[in-house]
Amino acid sequence: MSTLLTSIRRGRNAVIGVPFVWLTVFFLLPFLVVLKISVSEMGTVSVNDILSVKDGVLQLTLRGTSYAFLTQDSLYFQTYLSSIKYAAITTALCLAIGYPFSYFMARSKATIQPALLMLVMLPFWTSFLLRVYAWKGLLDEGGWVWQLLFWLHLDQGLATLGVIGAPGKFMNTPFSLVIGMVYTYLPFMILPLYSNLAKMDLRLLEAASDLGATPWKAFWLVTVPLSKAGIIAGSMLVFIPCIGEFVIPELLGGPQTLMIGRVLWDEFFSNNDWPMASTVAVVMILLIIVPLAVFNRYQAEAQEKAK
Amino acid sequence: MSAGKSTLFGAGFARVFGRGWLAAGYLFLYLPIVALVVYSFNDSPIPNLWKGFTLKWYVKLASDNEMLGGLWLSLKIAFFTATGSLVLGTLAAFALVKYRRFFGRTLFSGMVNAPLVMPEVIIGLSLLLMLVSVQKALGFPERGAMTIWFGHLLLGMAYATVVIQARLQGLNPQLEEAAMDLGAKPFQVFTLVTLPMIAQALMSAWLLTFTLSLDDVVLSAFLNGPGSTTMPLVIFSRARLGLNPSVNAVATVIITLVAIGTVVASYLIARAERDRANAIAQAQRDDG
Amino acid sequence: MAASDTTTSAATYLQIQDVVKDFSGYKAVNNVSLDIAKGEIFALLGSSGCGKTTLLRMLAGFETPTSGRIVLNGQDLAGMPPYERPINMMFQSYALFPHLTVWDNIAFGLRRDAMPKDQVAERVEAMLKLVQLGKYAKRKPHQLSGGQQQRVALARSLAKRPQLMLLDEPLGALDKKLREETQIELVNIIEEVGVTCVMVTHDQEEAMTMASRIAVMSEGRILQVGPPSEIYETPATRFVADFIGNVNMMEGKLQCDFPDHVIVECTDCSHYVGHGITGTEGMPVSVAVRPEKIALQREMPEVDHAPHNRVRGTIKDLAYFGSFTVYHLALASGAMLKVSQSNVSRHRDDQLTWGDTAWASWSPTAQVVLTQ
Repeated sequence: MSTLLTSIRRGRNAVIGVPFVWLTVFFLLPFLVVLKISVSEMGTVSVNDILSVKDGVLQLTLRGTSYAFLTQDSLYFQTYLSSIKYAAITTALCLAIGYPFSYFMARSKATIQPALLMLVMLPFWTSFLLRVYAWKGLLDEGGWVWQLLFWLHLDQGLATLGVIGAPGKFMNTPFSLVIGMVYTYLPFMILPLYSNLAKMDLRLLEAASDLGATPWKAFWLVTVPLSKAGIIAGSMLVFIPCIGEFVIPELLGGPQTLMIGRVLWDEFFSNNDWPMASTVAVVMILLIIVPLAVFNRYQAEAQEKAK
Repeated sequence: MSAGKSTLFGAGFARVFGRGWLAAGYLFLYLPIVALVVYSFNDSPIPNLWKGFTLKWYVKLASDNEMLGGLWLSLKIAFFTATGSLVLGTLAAFALVKYRRFFGRTLFSGMVNAPLVMPEVIIGLSLLLMLVSVQKALGFPERGAMTIWFGHLLLGMAYATVVIQARLQGLNPQLEEAAMDLGAKPFQVFTLVTLPMIAQALMSAWLLTFTLSLDDVVLSAFLNGPGSTTMPLVIFSRARLGLNPSVNAVATVIITLVAIGTVVASYLIARAERDRANAIAQAQRDDG
Repeated sequence: MAASDTTTSAATYLQIQDVVKDFSGYKAVNNVSLDIAKGEIFALLGSSGCGKTTLLRMLAGFETPTSGRIVLNGQDLAGMPPYERPINMMFQSYALFPHLTVWDNIAFGLRRDAMPKDQVAERVEAMLKLVQLGKYAKRKPHQLSGGQQQRVALARSLAKRPQLMLLDEPLGALDKKLREETQIELVNIIEEVGVTCVMVTHDQEEAMTMASRIAVMSEGRILQVGPPSEIYETPATRFVADFIGNVNMMEGKLQCDFPDHVIVECTDCSHYVGHGITGTEGMPVSVAVRPEKIALQREMPEVDHAPHNRVRGTIKDLAYFGSFTVYHLALASGAMLKVSQSNVSRHRDDQLTWGDTAWASWSPTAQVVLTQ
């Protein structure tokens, strides 16, 4: 009897233990390292140790210079704010475009829905880098979208909005950045929304109609609240990664578009200032902890419901 | 669900509006892809200026060592990422589904899900800094393909766990009990019953993580070393400098492969579903 | 523990001794002891939450008893995992392996025993013949109807010739018509094979038609064990009387206690019961009379022990079931008496209907006096 129990226990320990240890080493530990480096001093090649022995005495050297610098230079603060701003705009636009899209997908004929889904997934499977690069071509002078916008004289309106620098120059502006981000993250909004809306019991709408609600009212009173889980999931899947986006701002953004991801990258690669980069990262983590907790709670609830 | 039945506005208006919205959406999604492909055949170093049809960029691609080397490296890393993510993801999924309570479950669940949403710059930076500290202390690992692999594994594991977990939760627990009741020991239950039933999810997870690894820029940038430039990094450095037809050519090749793969896979799945439905209908007819 | 505790006679093929299952303070199974004979079909009957499924799972090995013993054919099952027990279970959802054919499903258990290929084939063919699914051998579960799937599940659990077969709500997933046909078929197959069976169900019809003995369970305890007729006609407690079938429960006081008969005074009527009971005069008792044991007519009936065993009332409600009708007779106090009458003729001119006054009467052997 004891051999059976021990083998079950051993199996269970392995199944939980292996991924747990792996994650602790490769996910948790690095965060602690980042924290440590953010309070360290940059040496010639890499970071100096915070623990050192001087005259036989163990010394702990913590430097808050990076943090001090962060608070002093208003540019960092503005960049954090700007990142949140663009992430929020992107999320809102993804929701505005994605919700009707998912809705009409879910209400289409059942036989073509798999095909519709596949058509949404196909760009997702294609390299995201290449598709962002493609927007460079589309928005640059002579590109198809450039031609369309120019021909529609939309550039005047966008310029007055301050969204683009000058009429005719769509690249490297807030406009191009947001287009790129919305484009990239749209499938992340559509998929959870579609999955949620497709599972909805349509008889609830019939019941609402039977009780006197017009289709419009039924939509807002029944469909939307029921899709709340999908909305939250989609929004988190867009908002959180957008804050720290690097590639899209780098390829499509410009001097106007301050994004914290680029700042982190520059601090590390261009300035070779590891403590500064770490400090930026720590503050970024603190920023996203709340939405991250919301997302984690949603995931846990979704798993509970699925049981 | 009846065709075109809407509960938003009048049925007719909704149908037109709905179809229009879907069409516009798909146009938006596919426009860049089409543009990439079209301009890969453009006989001009400036992609946006159409000068004529040519295949020369594809010819150049064949001798583009930097790009081809990057592709080969990316494929290798992607393969190991997908396989490793599958193993780790399966373990994590089982841990989360089978074992309701264990020490540190919330932390574990958080760690498994977090890479899904965390900005890659944070993951990349933190992992790199840790690896550097380890290297200082122990002398290894050197930054290169293996360190890139670690980073991709972290991300891949998160995605694999989500996919496999979803499938596991949908399984009828009585199936595993039935297997045990009939004499199968726990490991046999796993190989003979559980594994075949989650096989499709495992395949999806593998493909998903393969694609993610193949496509990754940020993690690769932080974690690479001398001589380990992946294809996305090659493309990224070229794209940063401006529009480049060689990138269009590579893009078209990738798009074509992905499109063929996705369409074939979807067709096979759809056909399997149809065969299954037909088999059920046939069986019911036979029994009268 | 004396050696005689584990000796097996045919009557104690399966011994459940003082089994308790405690889930952190909640006793799902509370001190259950049963002796089940070889070859009998034994039913655990009760509503959901009574502990019957937990008890079944302990027999199968999916749960471990907190205390108590389970002995099968002289062998104590303590510590034995499900895959080592000579017990097979037919699951409520059938649990057929969807990726295997019918043939492979049935062969699954045999292959775990490393049985040689030709023997496996022989067994599987025999099983297919037993459940008459020979021509479906190559099909997969999703290509079968519900009834066919059940037969595969049955064949699969009989293939290894288990010492004990467990059935978890065997007919729960079938519709009424199919259920009736399957009940008889199932019992025939089990009796043909001769395997000892324990089944779990909440459906009393299922238990009564299929089992040779029934144990009525409630809140983790056994209330009564016996053959179906005994459970039905001589329930031991109010709960059992009420749980099985329909019953008219009348509260009253024991008026006279004689060795061969007792008289009970109830609110609306009095009973002359033709047997003695253990009790004292004046104690409160319940008298249970089944609706089909009551006769209904317009005129006052002649009864042997008048004025007992008859009562007048007004027909408040009637439910027509085709082969019989159930009348709800409102008595003087307002209490309802349920009377069930077979519709022996196709129609009667003086058919009783709503509002009619009628007399209900019954014989002195129709009642059961309950003290618990």
